[in-house]
Amino acid sequence: MPTASTTTSTTQTAKTASAGASGNGGSRPVRKTRPGRRKPEFTARRGFLISLFMAPAAIFVAVFTYYPMIAGSQMAFRHWNLTDLTDTSWVGLQNFRDVFADPAWGTVLSNTAIWVFGSIVPQLVIGFALALWLRRRFRFRGLYQALIFFPWAISGFLIGILFRWMFNSEFGVVNDLLQKVGLIDEPVAWLADPKTAMFAVVVANIWYGVTFFTIMILAALQSIPEELYEASALDGAGKVRTLFQITIPYIRVTLALTVLLRVIWIFNFPDLIFGMTGGGPNNETHIVTTWMIKITQQGDYGRASALGLIVVATLLVFAVFFLLATREKREVKP
Amino acid sequence: MIGKESTAGRATKFTFLGLWLVFIVFPLYWITITSLKAPGDIFAFPIAYWPEHFSLENYSGLFGKADFGVYLTNSLIVATVAAAIATVISMLSAYVLARFEFRTKSALLMAALVTQMIPTFIALGPLYLLMTDLKMVDNRLGLILVYIAVCIPFCTVMLRGFFENIPDALEEAAMIDGLSRFGALFRVLLPVMRPGIIAAFIFNFVNCWNELFLSVTLMNSDSNKTVPTALNGFISSFNIDWGSMSAAAVLTILPTMVLFAFASRHIVQGLTAGAVKG
Repeated sequence: MPTASTTTSTTQTAKTASAGASGNGGSRPVRKTRPGRRKPEFTARRGFLISLFMAPAAIFVAVFTYYPMIAGSQMAFRHWNLTDLTDTSWVGLQNFRDVFADPAWGTVLSNTAIWVFGSIVPQLVIGFALALWLRRRFRFRGLYQALIFFPWAISGFLIGILFRWMFNSEFGVVNDLLQKVGLIDEPVAWLADPKTAMFAVVVANIWYGVTFFTIMILAALQSIPEELYEASALDGAGKVRTLFQITIPYIRVTLALTVLLRVIWIFNFPDLIFGMTGGGPNNETHIVTTWMIKITQQGDYGRASALGLIVVATLLVFAVFFLLATREKREVKP
Repeated sequence: MIGKESTAGRATKFTFLGLWLVFIVFPLYWITITSLKAPGDIFAFPIAYWPEHFSLENYSGLFGKADFGVYLTNSLIVATVAAAIATVISMLSAYVLARFEFRTKSALLMAALVTQMIPTFIALGPLYLLMTDLKMVDNRLGLILVYIAVCIPFCTVMLRGFFENIPDALEEAAMIDGLSRFGALFRVLLPVMRPGIIAAFIFNFVNCWNELFLSVTLMNSDSNKTVPTALNGFISSFNIDWGSMSAAAVLTILPTMVLFAFASRHIVQGLTAGAVKG
């Protein structure tokens, strides 16, 4: 614990104070921003406390999340089909081969890419803009904030249904409004054409997801000291320079973690598409996780589990690279 | 504040804020208006942005033939109990993760992140078998247990950020004054943590209230269904009854929106405490 002696007596509990904090006798307590580097207390007692407090969470997650996932994973290597349950033999990588050999797989992959990037980029940009503007006080700001946060309270599935109704080709309000404005001449069958259907689900996801970015960035902005902006104004920096040289570097950690979490969530978010198009028309709006639902519903648990493992592996690799790529910058953070 | 705003800048800003507000609110307005039209008027042409006469027929149908009240009650019980227990359990683990250094800590945090990557569908089959063994299929308690596990990882990370924002000195002073660690936690820390705890509870509640796939799998009798499961039932029939569907949607959205409206400030603080600290 080399850092313990350089921090101050605030890190010492009553018990450890006598145990040997000779190096920093008389220094004034300074509030520590990174807790946890405290001197260990009597180890057995400390270990017991940690285990006791962690146990309920660990047990719940182990039993109801990790156990089913691991048990489900082994199905990926077996023939496991509800149409033929007499044979659940080990088939190695056959399920994975079947996944990749499926003619729809290419569409599923490109749809997943459109779904993730088409959603996250506008969400980040709009969310950032809203957060910057909401930072400054104006009348009714509280009310405004409460209203634009609403989408986050609604389930993805229900949002799918909501937008399915609005994009309805005959009675949908989207067609009606676009015709009134003059952008289209006759009703568009939004959800019947693969191209427009993918566009429609992405629009719905943007509607839903901007809020999370706004919330996260707004709070991070509130942690930036005002002096930084004053100094930058004195130096004559313009708005754009201030944004890129002060605001963004300062909230980099939040930005990185928010993007990471959102990519994981969006990638692994079948609910909205499930409610909106069900993967249709003709399987053309499936992403990996809705494709997995479809295959489960067909009874092929083996292949669905293989897809599940592909999702976990992809996201894990992404997360590790992402964390490594953003790590050095995190340490520079003021 | 931050520099001076030009008139043009202000105009751009408020135009954008206004357009975004319309974009956010319009779908909610539209589903509400649809739910208040008489079933025949929903498909009338031209589309009515403000119906000539309002009707509660869609709502009465929901409670008459579909037992929507039962589903609402089920959802309310399951989401409240699961969110409350998950918040308490997460508080304990968040406290340990914020205040102690130990060898398995980063592994535990990574394990929490990995839970977010697991598609629900990979776990459904084994989970169903497990709940069958525990005799908890089609049982509200069973669903509560599963939801607690779903809520814990994110809630722990969120509350950990909150604990880290509170200086150690607070508890230490309490402990020097003679309180035990538990005493310091419950009598000194928790009151300070109240906004974070409220945010965590609301977030958990909304998550459980909205969850679909686990509920569809585990609750099969009509008297045990939760609201999303019932909605899913409406949609699987070949033709969607848009009148009932929009009324059901309004009833589903309303409780969580009311919670969000009251707590939006807490939620900003609660969600970000963890991420800001990194």
